[in-house]
Amino acid sequence: MASVSLQALRKSYDGKTDILAGIDLEIAHGEFVVLVGPSGCGKSTLLRMLCGLEEISGGDMLIGDQVVNHLPPAERGIAMVFQSYALYPHMTVYQNMAFGLKVAGKDKAQIRERVERAAATLKIGHLLERLPRELSGGQRQRVAIGRAIVREPRLFLFDEPLSNLDAALRVQTRLEIAKLHRQLDATIVYVTHDQVEAMTLGDKIVVMHEGHIQQAGTPLDLYQQPRNLFVAGFIGSPRMNFMAGSVVSAQAGGVLVQLASGELVRAAVDGSALAAGAAVTLGLRAEHISESDSGSEQFKGEVSVVEHLGEANYIYVSRKGGEDVVIRGDGERHVAIGQSIVFSADSTAFHVFDERGQALRRLRPGNMVSAARSMMRSA
Amino acid sequence: MTVIAMKPEYPVTPVAPAQAGSTRIDFGRLMVHAALLAYTALALFPIALILINSVKTRAAIFDDPLALPSMESLTFGGFVKVIDSTNFLHYFGNSLIVTLLALFCIVLFGAMASWALSEYRFMGNRLLTLFLALGIMIPIRLGTVSILELMVRLDLVNTLTALVLVYTAQGLPLAVMILSEFMRQVPAELKDAARCDGVGEVKIFFQVILPLIRPAIATVAVFTMIPAWNDLWFPLILAPSESTRTVTLGVQQFIGQYVTDWNSVLAALSLAVIPMLILYALFSRQLIRGLTAGAVK
Repeated sequence: MASVSLQALRKSYDGKTDILAGIDLEIAHGEFVVLVGPSGCGKSTLLRMLCGLEEISGGDMLIGDQVVNHLPPAERGIAMVFQSYALYPHMTVYQNMAFGLKVAGKDKAQIRERVERAAATLKIGHLLERLPRELSGGQRQRVAIGRAIVREPRLFLFDEPLSNLDAALRVQTRLEIAKLHRQLDATIVYVTHDQVEAMTLGDKIVVMHEGHIQQAGTPLDLYQQPRNLFVAGFIGSPRMNFMAGSVVSAQAGGVLVQLASGELVRAAVDGSALAAGAAVTLGLRAEHISESDSGSEQFKGEVSVVEHLGEANYIYVSRKGGEDVVIRGDGERHVAIGQSIVFSADSTAFHVFDERGQALRRLRPGNMVSAARSMMRSA
Repeated sequence: MTVIAMKPEYPVTPVAPAQAGSTRIDFGRLMVHAALLAYTALALFPIALILINSVKTRAAIFDDPLALPSMESLTFGGFVKVIDSTNFLHYFGNSLIVTLLALFCIVLFGAMASWALSEYRFMGNRLLTLFLALGIMIPIRLGTVSILELMVRLDLVNTLTALVLVYTAQGLPLAVMILSEFMRQVPAELKDAARCDGVGEVKIFFQVILPLIRPAIATVAVFTMIPAWNDLWFPLILAPSESTRTVTLGVQQFIGQYVTDWNSVLAALSLAVIPMLILYALFSRQLIRGLTAGAVK
């Protein structure tokens, strides 16, 4: 196993537009890093560069202490699990897993031993003589992971490995990958566009957008202190509510914001860098809103849609002169469409983003009961 | 030997099954089947005629060519004569050598070329593809004179090598076109996976790609072996000597200016169909196999 270091890594296909523009990232030994972002953000390209399938246009890539910029995939000590599994269809499961080792010239007894050990870990020992087409999706996924394990790589790469599985299997396989990570003590880089996968699996999440790293940090970091509007909107479900407004007064101890819809809101963020009159965006997560007037900051609106999830309701509220807001409400409480509603939030629950979309430091981000609740729910 | 130049069955995709619950006979499908049956009968008729008449006496052939052999008219004299008294087996061997070698070269080089053209980006890739496509449109026989001149210079006249080379050239364009189409369908992730496994490009080609496009290779084999086996033109021009004669050429010795030994001609033709039938049966089993079942998703 090894650490990975990316230094000002660039990728460009035509020399003009950068697909990846200066990626700096440190991955510690044994860390589970999840690259997440919307499609086209460059996360898969970055993974393929780590693997050696895409050339590096600029910058350095180190695995361990070794610069691997121009090493072919086989010499990097990596193994990749593909989205479509990419099993060799004409080979049995055993042959699929043994192929890389055979090509590398390992002796037969050693190959057999490694394959059988990996198969036992993944509980696919009974499938070794089958062909991929005779396996279910979940089994194929295990074989693909097995093929990576037998190579005993320094670094595992996963390219959206769960997106071809159905929902139930996805949750199960997700748990198994987490377990596997602990068992193997492996360094893993994992690409997904699914933020739930990212939050549940990652030690560190790297949010990417348009070829840049927007923020890298622990799942809780990203949830509580998103660095900018993009990360704030991307992490968390349902999406964070945004409301435009302008600063009335700003101090280090809090900011008073006048919303476009008229309300005055006090937000507990460090406003020392803001001037009065500056345009800001307020962010507020659905799970931090109360459907009563118990919070310090209060709003009014009219219910337009209600989604019943059982344990909760997602209540979509339209506000006169302002943005629509979604509230995570009590699942057992009846809310009628068209009904007027007062809802509120504590000033500590707000995020504030300046004109450039950069977040201001929150004063008390971590005291939210619902934050902990939300983390447990997605796990 | 045009008789077996009947079209080989294309690897037709199976007709979609009639919608569940509908027991009504689909008129359209009926017409399709009727047309196919009619075509089959048309294509099989000459072969049947040859087979029937090859086991009849000469008199019976001329009496009633369409009649089945009766007890009186049944004879295997033609076959006996062909096998006993001529070099027919030798010709047979020549044909087999030429066809199989050409087949081997076409499949190997055709697959390699299509792999290069479909997988790698390099200067002149498109031009080369177009050049090969031209080969499909222009019949190789137009170049007979030049080919003959070339073979004379290379001192290859009256050798089987000359025929193998010509048939390889004749088959390559179509082979490259069919195979590169199939190679493009092989999922890119499979090649990536192999590269991650440390498999070299040559090994990827032979151990991953080739096994996956076996159905396409079978198609190419069927399409290229039949013209090579049936050809009379090039053996006549490039290799007419006794030792290099192919079956098609060998049969001509029974066809005289004044008298044609129909029993022997028909017997020889019947025998000549057999290897093609065997090869076709072998390849067609591959045709129906799925391309990449189980590879992805």
